[in-house]
Amino acid sequence: MSNNNDGRRRGDEDEEDEEEEGGEVAMEAWERAYADERSWESLQEDESGLLRPIDNKAIHHAHYRRRLLLHQSASSLRIQKGLIRYLYIVIDLSRAAAETDFRPSRMAVVAKCVEAFIKEFFDQNPLSHVGIVIIKDGIAQRLTDLGGSPELQIKALMGKLECSGDSSLQNALDLVHGFLNQSPSYGHREVLILYSALSTCDPGDIMETIEKCKKSKIRCSVVGLSAEIYICKHLCEETGGEYSVALDESHFKELLLEHAPPPPALAEYAIANLIKMGFPQRGAEGVISLCSCHKEAKFGGGYTCPRCKARVCELPTECRICGLTLVSSPHLARSYHHLFPIMPFDEMQHALPGNLSQKQPQTCFGCRQSLSHGSTSGLYVSCPNCSQYFCLDCDIYIHESLHNCPGCESLRNTKAVDAMKT
Amino acid sequence: MASKLYTDDVSLVVVLLDVNPFFWGGALKKTTTTTTNSPSVLSFSNFLNHVLPFLNSILLLNQLNQVVVIASGANTCGYIYDSSETNTSEAGVGGSGRMPDLCERVLGSLEEFVVNDQRTGWGADPTAANAASGMLSGSLSLALCYIQRVVRGGLLHPQPRILCVQGSPDGPEQYVAVMNSIFSAQRSMVPIDSCVIGVQHSAFLQQASYITGGVYLKPQQLDGLFQYLSMVFATDLHSRNFIQLPKPVGVDFRASCFCHKKTIDMGYVCSVCLSIFCKQHKKCSTCGSEFNHPHLEPISTSEQK
Repeated sequence: MSNNNDGRRRGDEDEEDEEEEGGEVAMEAWERAYADERSWESLQEDESGLLRPIDNKAIHHAHYRRRLLLHQSASSLRIQKGLIRYLYIVIDLSRAAAETDFRPSRMAVVAKCVEAFIKEFFDQNPLSHVGIVIIKDGIAQRLTDLGGSPELQIKALMGKLECSGDSSLQNALDLVHGFLNQSPSYGHREVLILYSALSTCDPGDIMETIEKCKKSKIRCSVVGLSAEIYICKHLCEETGGEYSVALDESHFKELLLEHAPPPPALAEYAIANLIKMGFPQRGAEGVISLCSCHKEAKFGGGYTCPRCKARVCELPTECRICGLTLVSSPHLARSYHHLFPIMPFDEMQHALPGNLSQKQPQTCFGCRQSLSHGSTSGLYVSCPNCSQYFCLDCDIYIHESLHNCPGCESLRNTKAVDAMKT
Repeated sequence: MASKLYTDDVSLVVVLLDVNPFFWGGALKKTTTTTTNSPSVLSFSNFLNHVLPFLNSILLLNQLNQVVVIASGANTCGYIYDSSETNTSEAGVGGSGRMPDLCERVLGSLEEFVVNDQRTGWGADPTAANAASGMLSGSLSLALCYIQRVVRGGLLHPQPRILCVQGSPDGPEQYVAVMNSIFSAQRSMVPIDSCVIGVQHSAFLQQASYITGGVYLKPQQLDGLFQYLSMVFATDLHSRNFIQLPKPVGVDFRASCFCHKKTIDMGYVCSVCLSIFCKQHKKCSTCGSEFNHPHLEPISTSEQK
């Protein structure tokens, strides 16, 4: 209780301070709840003029269906995806990043979203590498080398959050171009620029740099924080990237996270290759062994190279002794749902309760929820392959997180049929 | 995990029971041939004698605890018991103690399940090599769907976890599906515990428990199965922080290749779609890209860097 009171008092003081500075900045938390969240928009009138909440579930599900079907039509073209990516995130920390139209400031919003993005990126692109470059005082500076550890990247960025000076697109592109040229040919080279400034101060002709990036097959994408800029648009068009400008904080995060799933691979961009890899076993806990990477005795953990039986501490890596690329197979398996997507389920409508002669499914196959009870609209779905019925919640969960049809997986016969089809 | 508003010692345990007749038939054959009650094999009825008291003891630990049992047979898998349903529908009728109630219900629906399971497999050719493997992917998917429903249900819900009691060997053809389930469990922070009662270690379950932070255990003495279950797997997630649980003996991270569904420890990976093959191919069967220089090892480029 005392804590609460303290907080209240401090809040009051803050409020007074703000009022002294400029009247309209201060807005009570309850006022913001109305101004920002627009709670009245989640109500609708029914036939008799009574207010009732919008049936969010049905709308939510409709949104999801649209997304799913869109995705389905895209993947049916059998677009190859660039799963091994070498990405540099370029963060503009020029004067413009200090502006506070994004709260608390553009820089803070960018940092927070980049953190989320890097985590999501490694979740979806397990064998990829990320590096961070910042632009400040007209020069570009590499913060971190291309690497596979999300924690290191985030830590490095959080330590360097200061902004000043002008921004230079050309310097950043030149720098990234130099680094990405060394990456292996089977990887996809990408730059993602988070651009706050409205201008760029370049030492030379930026068109030449763009041409150079195009030649090196570097895909450049830009997410802008202020307004649309011609040169950014031109850059993205030339190199096959995507250009978008954020409206507010949540839109920015959305736009940024759109870059996390692997982009469609352009055939000429990367040379397909078979890479020989080993899948080492993890050693027992509490066993002492010598590791080959640090040349130290380590206690427990560690992985054993399947070819030369040398011990390494971390994955993915290259074996120091025999040069085999070592990965953990779960790393690879994270991306397999891109390759074997499950079909969208067919939507069904529950018939009226009076019509009992018709055979109707009673419960969802996945979660055993009653189908007639769960949703007000009486909608449910059915898998075209195993023709089991699912509720709408399970439908979303199955397609967005699980990526398995429980019906097909729990019948051995349908799977055999499946295998014969493919 | 702490942001949710539930008490930390209420658990929802989804138990995946292996009732594959191929496995239990094999186990029975061994018992009859070795004549004595050798400690490493267990008959199915003995197995149930160990498991049923364990299920009951979970329910006894906290009155809010919930147990769901999913059986995986030779051809299908399905729900056979849900303690929350018993509470609501038969509280007035049953009235008597819970133990016989649980036994009766589990055994009754198990029998029904086995008959159905057998009937489903009737038409299919009895390819013993394939059917001998467990239906891990299906039962895991069902368990996760159920858990999602409970988590969706509201702020106050028991902490979910999954316990696999498996004896049948892994089916390499389920590799992708099992991995998908494991990652989904990891994302929703559901630990997968595994108790392997077969002869061999299970690479799938080793990985599942390792990735999701569950416990993997292969009991030495199967006639003490109840003790293993109650000592290791009955404790709720919060209390696990304070006790010494068996440490993993090592995790088998081998993958299955896409071409022959074999388990391999070294193989070739397509750089476009990351499919795994056990031999060199000219063309990727998954994404259709052609490999230009199959003998070129790209390692040299990264070494120069």
